[in-house]
Amino acid sequence: MENARRWVNSIIGCEPRRLSGHSVTFETVLFYGLAAASVGSALMMVTRRSPVMSAIWLIGNFFALAGLYLTLQAQFIAVVQIIVYAGAIMVLFLFVIMLLNLGDPKKLIEKISYTKIIAAGLSGGMLMELLAILGFSDVRLPEQNVDRAIQIGTVENIGKEMFTTFLFPFEITSVLLLAAIVGAVILAKRKID
Amino acid sequence: MIPLEHYLILSAITFVIGAVGVVTRRNAIIVFMSIELMLNSVNLTLVAFSSYMGDATGQVLVFFVMTVAAAEAAVGLAIIIALFRNKQTVNIDEINILKW
Repeated sequence: MENARRWVNSIIGCEPRRLSGHSVTFETVLFYGLAAASVGSALMMVTRRSPVMSAIWLIGNFFALAGLYLTLQAQFIAVVQIIVYAGAIMVLFLFVIMLLNLGDPKKLIEKISYTKIIAAGLSGGMLMELLAILGFSDVRLPEQNVDRAIQIGTVENIGKEMFTTFLFPFEITSVLLLAAIVGAVILAKRKID
Repeated sequence: MIPLEHYLILSAITFVIGAVGVVTRRNAIIVFMSIELMLNSVNLTLVAFSSYMGDATGQVLVFFVMTVAAAEAAVGLAIIIALFRNKQTVNIDEINILKW
């Protein structure tokens, strides 16, 4: 475990290497590469015509995000991201796409209308707003303490938090999952008696 | 060292891409996937703050968000299957029985 952690940290360059000035470190290359992959795959996902291609690009986005979690020293979340999102949720999506025979590919073509352009423009406005909040805020964002970040991201630490401080929410989660199972079974049933 | 702002900007960009997908796409499954994308960008914000502030709470919260997303995907896809069985389509312009 210790060796694996050291290996991951040496790969993603988290062992604090104080390099002066704006020299390009492996860390920055990794971050901007993964960021570009994440934004690019998100754009591809939104613009694809066929849902299967969308799902595959979304899986690519999930992998890029898992890499970004690793650059943040969140090892547990990175692994869970791959297992739960790319592994379980996307398989569910692909199963549903397979079950629904969407038929004629021509029916999947979507026309561009004025309302859509206005909606996309408003979303662009929302992006400007979010960036303005970041740009104009006086709040000083914290600096990263890499050693501390490595400590808190481990399975051990997350597990300890989850089963002590967050034990009650964790138990409630099981009720949520039970409700989801019952709901999915009832909704997908052919006939409701 | 990457400043925290860069993670927040990246997260804002992917969130807005997801929002554009929700408001412009008409295929219910793709709308659903866009919602997953938005949830993920919020997760990135939580993990970034958690890592930079040295507090594990954000990462535990991400775990709960993932649980809710899994439950939401299961129920939502079941709804899409039920709709498709009734209407033979997943185009949300044709599914308007709740519209007045």
